[in-house]
Amino acid sequence: MIGIINYGAGNIRSVSNALDGLGAAYFVSTRIDELRQADKLILPGVGEARSAMESLDRGGLVEWLRTVEVPFLGICIGMQILFERSTERDTTCLGVIPGTVSKFDASKGKVPHMGWNTVQVQGESPLFNGIRNNEFFYFVHSYSAPVGPATIGLTEYHHPFSAAVQRGNFYGVQFHAEKSGRTGLRILQNFIERC
Amino acid sequence: MLTKRIIPCLDVQDGRTVKGTKFLNLRDAGDPVELAARYSEEGADELVFLDISASREGRKTFLSVVERVARAIQIPFTVGGGISTVEDILRVLDAGADKVSLNTAIVLRPDFLNEAAMAVGSQSIVAAIDAKRDEKRWTVWIKGGAERTELDAVAWAQETVRRGAGELLVTSMDSDGMKAGYDLDLLRTVASRVHVPLIASGGAGTPEHLVQAITEGNADAVLAASIFHYQEISINDIKLSISANTIPVRL
Repeated sequence: MIGIINYGAGNIRSVSNALDGLGAAYFVSTRIDELRQADKLILPGVGEARSAMESLDRGGLVEWLRTVEVPFLGICIGMQILFERSTERDTTCLGVIPGTVSKFDASKGKVPHMGWNTVQVQGESPLFNGIRNNEFFYFVHSYSAPVGPATIGLTEYHHPFSAAVQRGNFYGVQFHAEKSGRTGLRILQNFIERC
Repeated sequence: MLTKRIIPCLDVQDGRTVKGTKFLNLRDAGDPVELAARYSEEGADELVFLDISASREGRKTFLSVVERVARAIQIPFTVGGGISTVEDILRVLDAGADKVSLNTAIVLRPDFLNEAAMAVGSQSIVAAIDAKRDEKRWTVWIKGGAERTELDAVAWAQETVRRGAGELLVTSMDSDGMKAGYDLDLLRTVASRVHVPLIASGGAGTPEHLVQAITEGNADAVLAASIFHYQEISINDIKLSISANTIPVRL
């Protein structure tokens, strides 16, 4: 069963609606003893890195999350906090993936990056199984993650950034897979069935 | 490349979609959940639902509409109308909406906008501004266009961004429902003063109007209602004609 980590950052409903649509079994919890039972984990997210890390910390989840061995999918902020740091209120994150998440430069264009943008698939991650190059996904974010060896999907806005990452059992998507129509549902389905 | 968004807007009264002209003369335009599913299927990039119910009963019905919409579609949607507390915001976001649009309440008490952005993040806060031309400027109107304020619409747009709005929805009351095109001057002026996404609203009658809002009004997204509700033009046809003008859209 999939465990959705509820840390008070909203957006749980969108993810659970999408999983309902896919017929996937899941539960929503804040408690580490319950989440330990999950065979997959999803960390949804809106809001900002600092408050996300603080509420994970309050729940005693931070150290455990760094070492989970089941497939893990972070969405939006849930992906950003996989990196070492965020310049959003200079926040130390989980550090599963090297690099610093930093703010879009408002002098180069509008912030947030909001709307449908294309993702260039990099490599052969199971998360993008059956998804063509340059499909559209829905983004809303003011901070972006750097491109590196973990990048499995790349998007350009002001500059190229990581739209999707994978390192071992840790997966992350900057876009809202649960709000990206059929293509987004396919990402979630891939995570459930192939990761 | 980031695409320009096409956003059908549904005014909902007591659980039904309605549409008027210049904020008046409402006509029934169908079940909002059915319409939402159809628009999503036809390629709408986002949806906006405005609750114009006057009664407490109507507002309760609206919340169940939001929940049903959230289960029916997997594209983002914004909810507005009568939202005046952080609790109201949390209620509609918990029901599955992605953003809220705030209008009268933030004019009456601007600090509410700061509180809202602090509570749920700017990305979920849309400042909606109903603007009407005066001699040499645009003034802000509130309460669904029933009451004039002394606020200058462009200055107010800038202030909403300073206070934490992540996006602006600017409606020209002069153009709304007239199908004669958006108020391009208004859009251009607002777009030149803010650095957050701008949604153009009020006046769409033809695909060409939507193109103009983007190319001449510098809008990031275009909102329309009546041209979609009565199937005068399909969303896909609109997107094709926008695309033919070398504007990036999701097809």
